Amino acid sequence: MAHAHPAPAADKYYVPHASPWPIFGSLALFILMVGAALTVDHASGGPMVLSAGFVLLLVLFFGWFRTVIGENQAGIYNLGVDRSFRMGMSWFIFSEVMFFAAFFGALFYARQLALPWLAGEGAKHMTNVMLWGHFEGGWPTNGPMQLGPKGEGSTFETIPALGVPLLNTLLLLSSGVTVTIAHHALRAGKRGVLKASLAATFILGFVFVYFQASEYHHAYTELGLTLGTGIYGSTFFMLTGFHGLHVTIGAIMLLVIWLRVMSGHFTPERHFAFEGVAWYWHFVDVVWLGLYLFVYWL
Amino acid sequence: MAHADTHSDHHDHKPSGIGRWLFATNHKDIGTMYLLFALVMFFLGGAMALGIRLELFKPGMQFFDPGFYNSLVTSHALVMIFGAVMPAFVGLANWMIPLQIGAPDMALPRMNNYSFWILPFAFTLLLSSFFTAGGGPAGGWTLYPPLSLQAGDSFPLTIFAIHMMGASSIMGAINVIVTILNMRAPGMSLLKLPLFCWTWLITAYLLIAVMPVLAGAVTMLLTDHYFGTSFFNPAGGGDPVMFQHIFWFFGHPEVYILILPAFGIVSEIIPTFSRKPLFGYDAMVYATASIAFLSFIVWAHHMFTVGMPLSGQMFFMMSTMLIAVPTGVKVFNWTTTMWKGSLSFEPPMLFALAFLFLFTIGGFSGLMLAIAPADFQYQDTYFVVAHFHYVLVPGAVFAIMAGVYYWLPKWTGHMYSMSLAKWHFWLSTVSVNVLFFPQHFLGLAGMPRRIPDYSTQFTDWNMVSSVGGFVFGFSQILFAVVVWQCARGGAKATDRVWDADPTGLEWTLPSPAPYHSFETAPEIH
Repeated sequence: MAHAHPAPAADKYYVPHASPWPIFGSLALFILMVGAALTVDHASGGPMVLSAGFVLLLVLFFGWFRTVIGENQAGIYNLGVDRSFRMGMSWFIFSEVMFFAAFFGALFYARQLALPWLAGEGAKHMTNVMLWGHFEGGWPTNGPMQLGPKGEGSTFETIPALGVPLLNTLLLLSSGVTVTIAHHALRAGKRGVLKASLAATFILGFVFVYFQASEYHHAYTELGLTLGTGIYGSTFFMLTGFHGLHVTIGAIMLLVIWLRVMSGHFTPERHFAFEGVAWYWHFVDVVWLGLYLFVYWL
Repeated sequence: MAHADTHSDHHDHKPSGIGRWLFATNHKDIGTMYLLFALVMFFLGGAMALGIRLELFKPGMQFFDPGFYNSLVTSHALVMIFGAVMPAFVGLANWMIPLQIGAPDMALPRMNNYSFWILPFAFTLLLSSFFTAGGGPAGGWTLYPPLSLQAGDSFPLTIFAIHMMGASSIMGAINVIVTILNMRAPGMSLLKLPLFCWTWLITAYLLIAVMPVLAGAVTMLLTDHYFGTSFFNPAGGGDPVMFQHIFWFFGHPEVYILILPAFGIVSEIIPTFSRKPLFGYDAMVYATASIAFLSFIVWAHHMFTVGMPLSGQMFFMMSTMLIAVPTGVKVFNWTTTMWKGSLSFEPPMLFALAFLFLFTIGGFSGLMLAIAPADFQYQDTYFVVAHFHYVLVPGAVFAIMAGVYYWLPKWTGHMYSMSLAKWHFWLSTVSVNVLFFPQHFLGLAGMPRRIPDYSTQFTDWNMVSSVGGFVFGFSQILFAVVVWQCARGGAKATDRVWDADPTGLEWTLPSPAPYHSFETAPEIH
């Protein structure tokens, strides 16, 4: 290909012309959402529409990113465009932080305020007496009616922080180190180290996801801990589940970046996509530390 | 380097046919689509409001069953907030930010089109729920559980539509921030930025901070409904009040998302038609930032009656009242800008002035609502409805109209009919007060909101309000006519459009602004 490496920066800010991807993406999102709505309502054909939406969304990502990578490799993005991408990615990660903040907020509110009140703390004595006089609060809990897989009166156990979660913490922290090594190698032009440590990063990510999935299996089959296990199960699975989803997406992003490295993309000076993915990876890493501390440990 | 794709940049070449709109990347085209979409939604949401006023004209049940009435109330709010006011502001941002900062386009043009096109699909999803079993969403736009969880098939459609609107807003906001921070012409330091850009920058920050929180909140509703979680179910250790906290952590900044760009528009118009620079530019910027900061720590004033600890009520009461300080700075600065100015009263200025007076009335009733012990009386009455409609209709909507009347000649290249626009202004301004002012009395007398029937002592003011509502609603047709005529033709607009000689980069361009503008950045001195 004529421009294996980006040509010297173009002098103008590149404004793309007619692109089919946005309208295609809107349609894909629409089909995905209709499919999801039909599926949760158990309407016939729901899963089929949902799957079609997913496929179209994958086509969208593939096509749109392919276009952008192609333009980038052709050298038509100047430093201004590069800066826009960087800022865009940073603000996107900030929006993700706020998404997790909603669920952390729910966890803190339930533990620090709602449960003590339900147990009659302070001025809320009569709440407890009138509703569930036997309920003493505390954490972990599945609430006064002990909701869970066996209906009311379910019991459950939690996953101890020192087992697989600790191992997963070490895995993610190591992957944070390897992605940094990869970045330094990229800047120093050491492509061999770059390839190896980037591969190590996404492998660590997928191993994390594997362990997390086996923990979920353990929780569902042996511990009585499910999404329906009261407020503990709700906060546990929604927080770790959305995190696991983000790790999966991040690992796929790392894999894509690795494939691009293998086909000779990125220079020591210009490698926004690499950095964007690395930032994202550090973000899922930090969220995990919050989870480890507040969901597993304390 | 010369590249095939960049070739047509050098010409004022417009793509033709439907592809120009479907595949758009041009900020002006996307801005136009946003504005037209907002106008359509404004009339749709307005029709729903007229349905509400029709039902409330007399006590007793006249036209709708209560379930459908509830759907009208809920959808009116969702359509007006997410379909009319927010997209109208994004449309204005799309058109004006690149012109005001000397940029060739928005920073991320394809994402710009994505954030627009999601909206028609999202509203198709939302409004299609009217045809499902159980009718449209009827639990109020605030979606409080457990009521919202009792909805029929409209429930998942509403939730997923909100997810789509959120995605659209976040992408739009990222685009605005990146454009303003990265695309300014050389020499345009942040404290030379036009105030419309400043207020939008801060609005975009608010959007990115809180739309994901709304997404989280509605996701928890979804899992509580379908996947057995207990976030809002006390039997499992959750708490329905927790939803209100999370929702209003989004909801209060959202209120400022709906008004800060309006502040920006008014801050552009009042100096122009006062023929004086804006009084206290720096103070305006800092006041906007202060309002944004405070918006994150006042949310529970929407829920004083849920049974919060006294310390919580005290904190949220005081922090809410603090907002009066930066807002006061703004109102005084606009007033001082006009002081000893050489005023003229073209339609944009008329709407900006109406904004100044009527928004301030809404601000004052907000202060009344902020007083926790008094709020126990006002909560969920028509007084609250009067309050937020004063800040949103003669507030946000009037500012949008002021902005459209201000910049329309720049967009179309034609002057519009000043007399028709003034008719629109006077009819709107008189009728909006007839519509909403009596609702203060109704609320103070104890009429609850969101109820289709009422006790007979409320009849007189409801009749007055409904008459005002219909006059206001039908007056808006004039607005559409003015815009339509102006798009079709009219007297040629000059580059600077107004005799008042407005300042700002947008007025250095020809009218209509060329399809591609500022491909070479202007120098700012």
